[in-house]
Amino acid sequence: MSAFQIPVATTRSVTGIPTGRLAIWWVLASEIVIFGGLVTCYILFRLRHPEWAAEAAHTKLAAGAFNTFVLLTSSLSVVLAHLAATKKDTVNAKRYLTYTILGGLVFLCVKAYEYTSEISHGFTITRSVFWSFYYTATALHALHVVGGMTIMAIILPDVAKGKFLPRVEYIGIYWHFVDLVWLFLFPLFYIASAA
Amino acid sequence: MNPSSVTAPAHQADAHAHHEPQGFFSKYLFSCDHKVIALQYTLTGMFMAVVGVYMSYVFRMHLANPTAHIPFYGVLSPAAYNSLVTNHGTIMIFWVAMPVLLAGLGNYCIPLMIGCDDMVFPRVNRLSFQIFFLSTVLLLLGFIAPGGAFGGAWTSYPPLSAKADYNMTPWGNKIWLLAVALEIVAFLLGGINFITTAMNSRAKGMKMFDMPVLVWMIVIATIIFMMSVGPLVAGAVMLLLDQTVGTHFFGAQGGDPVLWQHLFWFFGHPEVYVLLLPELGVVCEIICVFSRKPLFGYKTMVYTTFMVGILSMVVWAHHQFVAGIDPRMASIFSLTTIIISIPVAVIMFGMIATMFKGSIDFKVPMLWAVGIIVEFLLGGVTGIYLGSSALDVYFHDTYFVVAHFHYTLIPLVAFGGFAIFTYYFPKVTGKMLDERLGQIHFWGTAIAFNFVFIPLFFSGLAGEHRRIYDYSGFAELATPGMLKMRVIATHALLVMMAFQLPFIWNVLKSLFAGAPAGANPWKANTLEWAADSPPPHGNWPELPEVHRGPYEYSVPGREDDYWPQNAAN
Ligand code: HEM
Ligand SMILES: [Cu+2]
Repeated sequence: MSAFQIPVATTRSVTGIPTGRLAIWWVLASEIVIFGGLVTCYILFRLRHPEWAAEAAHTKLAAGAFNTFVLLTSSLSVVLAHLAATKKDTVNAKRYLTYTILGGLVFLCVKAYEYTSEISHGFTITRSVFWSFYYTATALHALHVVGGMTIMAIILPDVAKGKFLPRVEYIGIYWHFVDLVWLFLFPLFYIASAA
Repeated sequence: MNPSSVTAPAHQADAHAHHEPQGFFSKYLFSCDHKVIALQYTLTGMFMAVVGVYMSYVFRMHLANPTAHIPFYGVLSPAAYNSLVTNHGTIMIFWVAMPVLLAGLGNYCIPLMIGCDDMVFPRVNRLSFQIFFLSTVLLLLGFIAPGGAFGGAWTSYPPLSAKADYNMTPWGNKIWLLAVALEIVAFLLGGINFITTAMNSRAKGMKMFDMPVLVWMIVIATIIFMMSVGPLVAGAVMLLLDQTVGTHFFGAQGGDPVLWQHLFWFFGHPEVYVLLLPELGVVCEIICVFSRKPLFGYKTMVYTTFMVGILSMVVWAHHQFVAGIDPRMASIFSLTTIIISIPVAVIMFGMIATMFKGSIDFKVPMLWAVGIIVEFLLGGVTGIYLGSSALDVYFHDTYFVVAHFHYTLIPLVAFGGFAIFTYYFPKVTGKMLDERLGQIHFWGTAIAFNFVFIPLFFSGLAGEHRRIYDYSGFAELATPGMLKMRVIATHALLVMMAFQLPFIWNVLKSLFAGAPAGANPWKANTLEWAADSPPPHGNWPELPEVHRGPYEYSVPGREDDYWPQNAAN
């Protein structure tokens, strides 16, 4: 197969926005409606089932709060990676991108600990519709964390060589989105036990 | 290929010259070229159309004569009847209309119409088709899975779809859901490409309102698709968990089956506009070219289309009037449903006004385009009946609904598909189709189509329920009068199928012995007609520059009655 050639189309920018950034915003738009649909369903159910508050009391608030902190920190480090990349500082771009990946890893470990402990206490996905939503939403989110980490790992070698540096920005935008989704899930599933 | 792009000096002078991939595999199967991907989508869609028509042939033959041995099939069992009806609907919407009207048309036209050499992400584009192809294979595999293909209707309502104990297709139900989900992913990937390309890669000099209306319509349709499909993706995950893990999102134990209906139709209704808009775009292009007149109210058309897009998101519950929703909500959805026919009517009137006093040339693509307008009108008008919640209590789930949506979808998908096919065949192959065979094909198909579905309006009015394998258990539906309508519809379907033979013959004949088309056989303005037929890899030896809007037809004081967008003067 002959080498792939980037077409002229990719290099044009009529709107003034780089094509990659434009595309990532559209990716996020379609992601927002996916999570939006799921979260809306959950909220509608939750309003109809006040007794879910008791179920929500069994989620691990401290672990969730810690994970919120971890994700926010990793968002900061991806911003620093982007800043470094705009200055063509590949050493720091690579370093901060690595920190972000590590942040994702910590998040997943804590999440795995939560799942294990919840399941061992009998709070499984089929226990009630609350737990079905809890596992579906958080697992879907965790999949996005894994996806983001994978992409960062893939672009890391190129970033170190100073190639395709705008990609740091694009993955950063995506990572903020993953963070933002968590900022919805955390209060909805962990904090909303009072009500 | 254009000679100038192969002569050495021009080739080297052009920094962006494209190297066409050599070899069958890289050229046709794994190509990133938008035109090849468009053809892959279109041909897969056309193949699936044959599959879908075959299914309808089988169950219509059965309905006309329930005990008969059906030629090329055998005797139809109740379970197989359900699978065929389900997969017929699924295939026609997701595997015919979407790939042909949106993916195929969009991939072919967007880069050519806005004057660039490819989509912005050619490899994502290829991935999109590969996922789509995988979903096609997966769906068809459902038929050889243990228990057979899913038979719980194309809307897949739980609890029927959620439990294998109910639908009796333990594999089929999951395969169906996964195939649909994969198909959606494919179109999301393709859609991001469409929107980004149209926004960012227009030719030099082409302003937003210099884009042909077709590009606008495809982009707006793509946005509607992206904005409405998300909740259904979430719903599909939930339904899959219900099926496999045993959760009760849509079950009786704490869940809610009507929730699925909301998620499905929140997507399902906008989806009909996703199919409608690209078609309306094509009709606009064709009637301008064959009436030699500018499009009436171009900007109004675009704004109205945005309006349709927004309104299409707030009508979905008209599919659920009898699902036990709050009657106050039913009134609101009746209102929005009837309001949405206003912008649609504006677009229709714009098209008619475009033809008014034009010098109309009824070439075959124009016949199909006018056929779409005439027949779609019947579909749209009967939709207003269904949209009023009081009437729909009676009409719901009868053949009246079946006739309604076939009067919208067959003009769009079949007539529209043929309009696209006959309009772009010269561009894609470089050969002209035979006019006379095309006329025979049009009139035979169009007349037979009405004989299939007009009887169904009446049987629906008489109370005939849809999705029934055997009417003999219902005395008032098993009368000779009712049977007669079924027989007429079935016979008309056979006639309609027979009239596809002239089309097939026409295509084969023209491929091998058609008159050469030249670059611009219809004397059209838009950029795709400035490229060679067929356009080479990279589309133009030099990317075009745009000097004017797309609809400068019959401009006073000009010798020619058209004025290509890229012509310097
Ligand atoms: C002004 C235009 C339209 C109105 C007011 C309208 C209204 C309706 C209503 C109220 C129903 C539900 C009937 C019932 O199930 O009892 C319905 C069904 C349907 N409509 Fe339309 N419609 C319109 C245009 C369209 C278009 C453009 C398409 C397709 C391109 C379409 C495709 C369908 C389909 C597929 C169904 C049946 C779904 C099913 O139950 O399987 N409609 N329409
Ligand atoms: Cu609808």
